[in-house]
Amino acid sequence: MERILKILEENARISLEDLAVMVNDTPEGVAARLDEYRAAGVIRGFHTLVDWEKAGVPRVQAIIELRVTPKRDCGFDEVAAAVANFEEVDSVMLMSGGYDLCVVMTGRSFQEIALFVAKRLSPLDGVLSTTTHFVLHTYKKDGVLYGGEAADERVIS
Amino acid sequence: MMEYDKLISGAAAGMRPSGIRKFFDIAAEMKDCISLGVGEPDFKTPWAIREAGIASLEKGRTWYTSNAGLKELREEICRYLRRRFGLEYTADETLVTVGGSEAIDLCIRSLVNPGDEVIIPEPCFVCYEPITTLTGGVAVPIALQAADKFKLTADQLRAAITPKTKLLVLPFPNNPTGGIMTREELEPIARVLRETDVIVLSDEIYAELTYGDVRHCSIAALPGMKERTVVVNGFSKAYAMTGWRLGYACGPKPVIDVMTKVHQSAIMCAPTTSQYAAVTALKNCDADIERMRQEYDARRRFLVARLNKLGLTCFEPEGAFYAFPSIAATGMTSDAFATGLLNSQRVAVVPGTAFGATGEGHVRISYAYSLNHLAEALRRIELYLKELGVRA
Repeated sequence: MERILKILEENARISLEDLAVMVNDTPEGVAARLDEYRAAGVIRGFHTLVDWEKAGVPRVQAIIELRVTPKRDCGFDEVAAAVANFEEVDSVMLMSGGYDLCVVMTGRSFQEIALFVAKRLSPLDGVLSTTTHFVLHTYKKDGVLYGGEAADERVIS
Repeated sequence: MMEYDKLISGAAAGMRPSGIRKFFDIAAEMKDCISLGVGEPDFKTPWAIREAGIASLEKGRTWYTSNAGLKELREEICRYLRRRFGLEYTADETLVTVGGSEAIDLCIRSLVNPGDEVIIPEPCFVCYEPITTLTGGVAVPIALQAADKFKLTADQLRAAITPKTKLLVLPFPNNPTGGIMTREELEPIARVLRETDVIVLSDEIYAELTYGDVRHCSIAALPGMKERTVVVNGFSKAYAMTGWRLGYACGPKPVIDVMTKVHQSAIMCAPTTSQYAAVTALKNCDADIERMRQEYDARRRFLVARLNKLGLTCFEPEGAFYAFPSIAATGMTSDAFATGLLNSQRVAVVPGTAFGATGEGHVRISYAYSLNHLAEALRRIELYLKELGVRA
């Protein structure tokens, strides 16, 4: 049921009991569905959304555009898999438009990321060019406003 | 010195102030207060509707419309009522008003002579009784029962009707109880009414927000009832458009014509920007209604299950966005419970008595809030119950 997934996407920590009530099912039934979703890879994981800037931990994020030569049999898959294997890399996506792979990665400093791109990504077989964009500030992430939600202006009525 | 107390009209001075307002004033002063008190959606108006409002301003549509409202809007309202509820109205049986509230006011003022009786099933929204009294009418409350799921029964209605009865207010889906009336439950009511000249003011502002298997049924859709019913509805709840102040009334042409005459003198016309936005709402936004309805439904299930678990037993509300749990387990009055909860845990709920004496022993809890907000409020309510010694 799509509704379970929609609720979980916004409230990952909700209890099985509450979830069951909300979709009019039993906790056992919902648990079974979640097992199926995990097994099928529909649910890929649960994350905590941390504002590292606020936590005072120095972390730098960058979005890197890769232009890649596709291979005859496997297109972009081989290079994408090689890039995805790096622990420093958070996300790898195949894109339409002016470049091919979008890589999101996190490091401790600008320099660390720059070195990673120069020493690890650029030399990969098939990579034609890279363009690195550093994230300067996050306003909103995964649906959450980092500046805080606007105050509720509604009055009791 | 002007002695204003002596100058103000006796009828206006005698109007009962809203019991909701009192809590709002206290809660507004309080820091870190969590409200469960609002009576409006937390969703913003869908963007397509807002954009239509902006576009109407850009095009310079800044004049009055005709008194009854844009013809295009009235025609769309008729199409919408047919599509969603099987109601058959024409544009000249339709009046666009400043929110459902104005439509209620106009309906009562257009029909009620001094001394006429207006039957008002309670608990209900707070405006019917004061407007009736201001008009010189006599409010006749019917105390709906929790055991009946706060539905109106034919026996209760029959007992309340006298030769002076002019109007029956039918406020379903109901604020504050969340109770609804199905077609089968409306039929016995209609049977009683068909033998009388009583007109029904059917306040259907929450018509889009029902959660069971059956959709809302308007009493005007029952045989022989259209001729004796004024349907009041609006855009506030269905499309999250409270601030736009736009509603409408549909009914027998002679009644709508008189309501339009009163409206013409009092208001001129409903806000033009809102009327253009509403055309888009009716044409393009059925999917938005459904999206919001599903979200309310999930919260409703969550809230009701939690309240029952806390011992604040709650019959299943099937409409609107309120739960109306019983606080009998605490042995307190609604007012004492709500005041204590506010002072102790800074959670604002509305005492059931704000909606009529029969609301005693209940409080109204709105679920027009995010799940996280509801969860935090429930956590605090549990602490309050522990403090009272009601929970271990």
